[in-house]
Amino acid sequence: MVAMTDITEQATAAVATEDRKPVVVVDGVDVIYKVYASGKKANKHNAVPRKKKSARNQLREVHAVKNVSFTVYKGETIGIIGTNGSGKSSLLRAVAGLTQPANGAVYASARPVFLGVGSVLMPALSGEKNILLGGLSMGYSKRVAEELAPAIVEFAGLEDFIDLPMRTYSSGMSARLRFAIASSRSHDIMIIDEALSVGDQQFKKRSEERMREMRKHAGTVFLVSHSMTSIMNTCSRVIWLEKGVLQMDGDPAEVCEAYNKFTGVKTIDD
Amino acid sequence: MSLADWAAENGLKRIGARPPFWRYLREVWQRRGFAWTLSTYTLESATARTKLGSWWNLLLPTIQAGTYGLIFGLILGANRPENFLPFLFTGVFLFSFMSGSFQNGAAAITGNSGLVKSLTFPRALLPLSSVIQQVINFWPQLLLLLMALLITNNPVTLDWLLLPVVMLLMTLFSFGLALFAARLNAQARDLGKLIPFVVRIAFYVSGVFFSVDKVFGQWPLVFAVFKFNPFYDYIQLARGLLVQGYEPTAELWLMCIGWAIVMPIFGLIFFWQAEEVYGRDD
Repeated sequence: MVAMTDITEQATAAVATEDRKPVVVVDGVDVIYKVYASGKKANKHNAVPRKKKSARNQLREVHAVKNVSFTVYKGETIGIIGTNGSGKSSLLRAVAGLTQPANGAVYASARPVFLGVGSVLMPALSGEKNILLGGLSMGYSKRVAEELAPAIVEFAGLEDFIDLPMRTYSSGMSARLRFAIASSRSHDIMIIDEALSVGDQQFKKRSEERMREMRKHAGTVFLVSHSMTSIMNTCSRVIWLEKGVLQMDGDPAEVCEAYNKFTGVKTIDD
Repeated sequence: MSLADWAAENGLKRIGARPPFWRYLREVWQRRGFAWTLSTYTLESATARTKLGSWWNLLLPTIQAGTYGLIFGLILGANRPENFLPFLFTGVFLFSFMSGSFQNGAAAITGNSGLVKSLTFPRALLPLSSVIQQVINFWPQLLLLLMALLITNNPVTLDWLLLPVVMLLMTLFSFGLALFAARLNAQARDLGKLIPFVVRIAFYVSGVFFSVDKVFGQWPLVFAVFKFNPFYDYIQLARGLLVQGYEPTAELWLMCIGWAIVMPIFGLIFFWQAEEVYGRDD
């Protein structure tokens, strides 16, 4: 039932932005990683490569995203789906400007913000200090970070533990804190990785609500997820990547169905 | 019409493009609060699980200086430079400031790949943070140094007031050095393996524990080349100001000012040129 209301919500949102102002243009993007790898590439004759011949590491190219182009309009919520290693994160890192594409370019009306603060947080320090650090890392001023702190603590439900070092938190608790910091403010263009929506049922509900709210304020959201339900619940358009190639781009129901057929999953829920 | 033209027509800008140099510097300056907090928290993290906590910041340099004092004091015997204790402390502390900036600067990008891959900020903040950490660490060492000076009956002179100037110059130089090392190690990791040896060699040729004038005085040519060694220059200038029996010559001042101008400019430009590349090659 929840899904139904969401879809109608999106339909009205689409009508409202009929003027179709482009906010992100991805133009023929290739992402190529140059990796030093020891040993030989596995193939179908020997799945486990034989002993390497040389002590020197060979430079190997991994073509993670292949010539992907699409245009995103204001107000859209784009779901990115694909199997593990299909290039979803590489593509979105290129959209955020964190990885420069080998060919092509990304153009946007504002800097897309990748919501991932996990890497900057320090386990040895208190939750309180990590809120300040996370806020600063996303470009907030110290004043703004301090102003937002009480709301972050409350949203994460960590009032009693906020002065303890983060290493003492359970994995669910630290995930909640990370999400609360990352989502403390909305941005014009946001990129949300699936890893963000974790925690128990109660928190999951709260974080989905928060994401809907952010979407209302943000012009545009990119969402990576393996959960077709949450993609269907939140997205107005879905892009399916496979082995770095754009397979399909369009209506969530259609793309998800095709994707489910591809992966061999029967139901729309996973 | 190409997509790029159409994007430009709609007022879209290329994402991830390296900003022009001056705007880059402005962005670094705007985000300095992040660099500062990252530095203090990194230091705090390092001692968070010890009982003595931040007392280690005072204990470690004491032990370090004590070890060097004991070993080099014994080895050098009668060849010890004049006023040995403050001589050695100045050498060890200033050297560890500069070499620490170099070593941590070299790891600034490669050791923070998680940060570089998930957050947008001018990457020069990372080498900056490694220098800020050295500055914070230096205060307790300065305390030890002043104590050593007083214990060994060095007169308190007006020259002491010039020490902050030397520190500022040395910090500027170290920032340039950290930027240089950060890009070099990020793009040519094989060189990173040699860093410990470079630091070792620098330690032995910068007059940290022996008097360069005494050893190289008989070879004027070698000595002349030696005077360009920035590690030597900063250490020797600080000694000239603080320790009795050493002179802060005009030549040393000139060298120190020169390095403090040339190195950060070179480092910033060198580092900024590869801004788009960090975090890509791994």
